[in-house]
Amino acid sequence: MASIPLADTEPRRRFRSDVLHDWVTTVDHKKLGILYIASGIVFFVIGGLEATAMRIQLAVPENDFVSPEVFNRLFTMHGTTMVFLVGMPIITGFGNYLIPLMIGARDMAFPRLNAWGFWMFLFGGLLLYFSYLGSTGLYGAGSAPDVGWFAYTPLAGKAFSRGNATDYWILGIVVSGFGSLSGAVNMIATALTMRCEGMSLGRMPLFVWMMVIVSFMILVALPPLTAAQVMLLFDRFLGAHFFDTQAGGDAVLWQHFFWFFGHPEVYILMIPGFAYASEIIPVFSRKVIFGYSVMVGATVAIGFVSLSVWAHHMFAVGMGRGLNIWFATATMIVGIPTGMKLFNWLATMYGGRIRFRVPMLFCTAFLAQFLVAGLTGIMLAAVPFDWQVTDSYFVVAHFHFVLIGGLVCTIFGAIYYWFPKMSGRMLDERLGRWHFWLFVIGFNVTFLTMHGQGLLGMPRRIYTYPADRGWEIWNLVTSLGVVLQIAGVLFFVYAVIKALRSGEPAGDDPWDAWTLEWSTSSPPPDYNFDEAPVVRSRRPLWDLKHPDDPDWKYE
Amino acid sequence: MTAPIDGQGNATAWSRGEVGTLLLILAETSFFAIFIVGYLFYIGKSLSGPYPADVLELPVVATICLLSSSVTVVVAVRALEADRRGAFLAGIFATVLLGGGFLAATALEWRKLIVDDGLMISTNLFGTTFYSLVGFHAAHVTVGLLLLALVGVLGVLGFVRKEHATRVDLLSWYWHFVDVVWIAVFTVVYVVGV
Repeated sequence: MASIPLADTEPRRRFRSDVLHDWVTTVDHKKLGILYIASGIVFFVIGGLEATAMRIQLAVPENDFVSPEVFNRLFTMHGTTMVFLVGMPIITGFGNYLIPLMIGARDMAFPRLNAWGFWMFLFGGLLLYFSYLGSTGLYGAGSAPDVGWFAYTPLAGKAFSRGNATDYWILGIVVSGFGSLSGAVNMIATALTMRCEGMSLGRMPLFVWMMVIVSFMILVALPPLTAAQVMLLFDRFLGAHFFDTQAGGDAVLWQHFFWFFGHPEVYILMIPGFAYASEIIPVFSRKVIFGYSVMVGATVAIGFVSLSVWAHHMFAVGMGRGLNIWFATATMIVGIPTGMKLFNWLATMYGGRIRFRVPMLFCTAFLAQFLVAGLTGIMLAAVPFDWQVTDSYFVVAHFHFVLIGGLVCTIFGAIYYWFPKMSGRMLDERLGRWHFWLFVIGFNVTFLTMHGQGLLGMPRRIYTYPADRGWEIWNLVTSLGVVLQIAGVLFFVYAVIKALRSGEPAGDDPWDAWTLEWSTSSPPPDYNFDEAPVVRSRRPLWDLKHPDDPDWKYE
Repeated sequence: MTAPIDGQGNATAWSRGEVGTLLLILAETSFFAIFIVGYLFYIGKSLSGPYPADVLELPVVATICLLSSSVTVVVAVRALEADRRGAFLAGIFATVLLGGGFLAATALEWRKLIVDDGLMISTNLFGTTFYSLVGFHAAHVTVGLLLLALVGVLGVLGFVRKEHATRVDLLSWYWHFVDVVWIAVFTVVYVVGV
């Protein structure tokens, strides 16, 4: 045929449709990882705008920026988005991208399952957001879900939530949950069966260890949410009575089922943050991680204990003394392995030659902010104190310190740290510093003060408040912090665009790091490694760079 | 499939297919556990009849079918490993038949409950929890049955050979899991619950 010689002599032009086709049909763990992270960031902006709308509404008393109905939809969509469409995909994305590279493999164990999982996640998220248009249904009632991100029954039952908004909440999360489940199966199978020669379990990077533990937690904790949501769906569509108090059902059972997922979920989101910090802090302190095996053990301990703390979300329900004491004690016990980790990171930094580049700045802020989150967590575990502040802004401040002060800060650190590997370009250090300082100061202005209106008794999820409660100044300051946070995120977006257009080339190993992903090119080729690496210690690149003083002599 | 290599360059005990299947079973176990907890929690809490003791009969035939199908599927896998095609096909189709028998027995039971006893998923808490738990189990049996039937048809056409034994073995693991769930369902619904 005449066209064949043409194809042989010059490489085919890359049309934009080819690039699109590549990304849509890819089964490569690196591309899927980037797709997960990028979609997570898009949803992060959407969820952030929802939060901004709420803070505008609450900035001054008796405000009329949004109606009560819209406000209910905003906090429901904000919470659901941030947990299921931001946190989950970003942790799955980093796991996808990094686990094969860190253990010297060429892809995940099940590449096609991996692609399936990503698209399930994305379309689950789109299904949730389609509710704004589609959930009116036959009833002419409702828009987006407005029952809160934990959708307590009987509010979420058919009698009190007409229309299909709550059904979109159920189905969107169930569908995107298949993405998380298949990602978890994939990460464990990859780490357990595809390690390169010499990469024993005891030499796996802490990142991989922690993602394996998180994946086990996903497999144990996420199916119960699916099961409970299916029960709710049966109640709503088939007239079943799982949570129908009129027919002898128990609305509190929903709370137990939801939080049996919901509390482990907090650790599912937070442990990946620990994983990023455990890779970044040693590299920028120029020391090996302090207490490698203790870190692994502490993570396993958190995984186990986190399965028996769920009802500390329900102290105000009236479970009785015995259960309250059990769950309070279990909750406080989680503080022990978590505290051990904090000390290990500090001990890693202690005496190190610390380089405060942007990833390290974010991890340092994480240490301080996560400590605050942990301390208020212990306070909330004390039942009498919890009774005083339950469902108040003190609780809101507490979990935003965990999820923003802890997780989001480590995610930003991870993006600055691994972006050069993923794109081959450095993120601008100056822009990064602006991002860091604006975001961290803004975050603390918003959420440190939020403890204040919580202690003054302001309940969460109210769309406005009267002017005589002494909450005005607190709310105004809280809302003003948002401006700084948005400014910080804008610097981040600008830094990413600038880096992709004209960023300084990163080279293979810009941070002088020690794990295997830095031994290949940036971005890595499709097959990751020219030849399968052979590992003799926990820091294979250190051994390579210092043949005179390799780690394996001491481990 | 090549033998997987562990960090020391030794063949490990587990292949990625085995690990993946076990993890699927872990997630499914967690899913069923919630329905079983729900069932146990609502025993004796129905406000109106029919009650389990009035309408449930021990599903002896269904149980015999399903439990023995776990044996026949092992026979099929062993035969395939030994490259004995006739025994493999006999084992697979015996499994499909026994699984089909289980589903038929369940269908007859549900027909009696719905038509004769008037028990629907919306009738009372017993109906709600019974049809959800037993129904999800039956759905898993159906999925396993379709996969086994697919293996059987491909086997008749000559596409399933000795080197596929590890994969058929993984399917048999799933089938055993469905069996074990039935033991739990049987205990909870037909023994504890009546």
